[in-house]
Amino acid sequence: MARAIWKGVIRFGEAQVPVRLYSAVTEGRIHFRLLHGDDLVPVEQRLVHPRTGVVVSRSAVRRGYRLDAGTLVMLGEDELATLQPDRSRIIDVKRFVDPSRIDHRWYDTPYWLGPDGDEEAYGALSSALEDAGREGVARWVMRRRTYVGALRAERGRLALITLRSADEVVADAELEAPEGRALSAQELSMARQLIAALAGEWDPAEWRDEHRERVQELIEAKRAGRTIRLEDYRSEPTGEEALREALAKSLEAARNGQAVA
Amino acid sequence: MPEERPARSARGLWNGSISFGLVNVPVSLFPAYRQVSTGLRMLAPDGTPLERRYWCPRHEREVAYDELVRGYELDDGSFVVLTDEELEGLEPRKSRDIDLRRFVPIDALDPLTFDRAYILAPAGDSTKPYRLLADAMEESGTAGIATFVMRTREYIVAILARGGILRAETLRFHDEIRTPADVDLGERPDADPRSVEAMKEAVARASRDAIVRSELQDEHARRLEALARGKRRAGEGVIEVDEAVGEDAADGQVIDLMAALKQSLRAQPKRASPDASDTRSSAKELASRTRAELYEEARRRDVPGRSSMSKAELVRALSGRHAP
Repeated sequence: MARAIWKGVIRFGEAQVPVRLYSAVTEGRIHFRLLHGDDLVPVEQRLVHPRTGVVVSRSAVRRGYRLDAGTLVMLGEDELATLQPDRSRIIDVKRFVDPSRIDHRWYDTPYWLGPDGDEEAYGALSSALEDAGREGVARWVMRRRTYVGALRAERGRLALITLRSADEVVADAELEAPEGRALSAQELSMARQLIAALAGEWDPAEWRDEHRERVQELIEAKRAGRTIRLEDYRSEPTGEEALREALAKSLEAARNGQAVA
Repeated sequence: MPEERPARSARGLWNGSISFGLVNVPVSLFPAYRQVSTGLRMLAPDGTPLERRYWCPRHEREVAYDELVRGYELDDGSFVVLTDEELEGLEPRKSRDIDLRRFVPIDALDPLTFDRAYILAPAGDSTKPYRLLADAMEESGTAGIATFVMRTREYIVAILARGGILRAETLRFHDEIRTPADVDLGERPDADPRSVEAMKEAVARASRDAIVRSELQDEHARRLEALARGKRRAGEGVIEVDEAVGEDAADGQVIDLMAALKQSLRAQPKRASPDASDTRSSAKELASRTRAELYEEARRRDVPGRSSMSKAELVRALSGRHAP
């Protein structure tokens, strides 16, 4: 039985839906340890005073907030403790919006929500969100930290996806699109046709982490004392003059069902 | 000469090409997030920022970064050492390309799959192939899907266009997402249709047309900053530090990446060949880059022994060295 990592109650208006929270992701990457090259012993990380070279223990470490370049303000444990949010079990839904309002860029870590005692309320909320096409913006405190998240109906269940903060996400208005001479209508048309020719379904199972598999193979080969051949490759950028020809050839290949490139 | 360099696109976290059929669009990849300074520095009791150093318990001494190797632990507790060159050599034949062979409707992508967002800037002589792809994709409402390798890790990436700018969103691999069954969530419990209706009404009452950016702010970060500002006004606990050294130096680099992105998006098409400036990198200019950037350059020019070189050694190896 998968263990819930937290329990809370979704609340908005008069509605209350008790839920259990489960992690929806697993880390797939291969982990390495840092070793001393001479003896292949894992190294420890130590916090050292740069001038005296004295090792400072975790309990003696003080905290500093960087206000501006070159200025830190030292904060005491007692001061930091006053900033911790109060413990709470409430997942407070501030509002429901059209899901298109929350762009993917904001998504951070997803969690599944399961019912916690009130199946009726859980079933009703997930059906209601699905039928209405709505997504909630919620705020909650978990492990003494405040989170903001998107509450969604997902595959017939409820999911909560933590959101990045407004200070972090670069706004569209800050960026200017590259400019240049007007695009040719014919090239644009060919590019659109090529996209249409390469249109397909999204099947996540089709995309494998082949690099991870190769790293595993290399590890196996090295353990067995075998060697592996290495290779390198780079592409040449397409110049403006060659653009039309490259599009035309690609389009032809795509239409004939051949592999492009 | 450094003054002539602005025409050359500033380098992002990853530099390569989007290949779209036979069209190759050189791009530079930048993060779509700012580093926010919520992280508290670790200080000695006297207020000096601490350094993180590596310690070998067998030799009972400190070990410099370039004495470290990367090891994969086997079940018996021994390690297989992998060098950067070996890991790079594993990259697929076209790993410097984001090869768009499949376009899918953006709406078809599972929201749980999105990991991190990046922004792509044009990096070649001409912005035309970039603009052509952005324009055609935006109109189609599709995302181009590909895999690519960045810093010894493979990513699935969705390329999307918005407002004439290409974005890359890394996606989690299929086996990195748990299904409801994986966490033992049963089918949706049946609810009385009247409960569903009542819930829909409650949702409608709490619905608004838009989100408010202030609701997405990190309150804790704000309170932390206010506390620090208050203490500075009162003249308590203020420490001046030299930011050219230690972990603060990394922050400067992140801010530069943002400026570099804006510059790359705005950059005018240039006339010179993209590699012309590379062949005469001055030691001074090289020294202004980060070790990661120098390493990338060394890898491009296939400098032997690069993975064990310090920043100073990379500068020496690259200055005056001509591209093959």
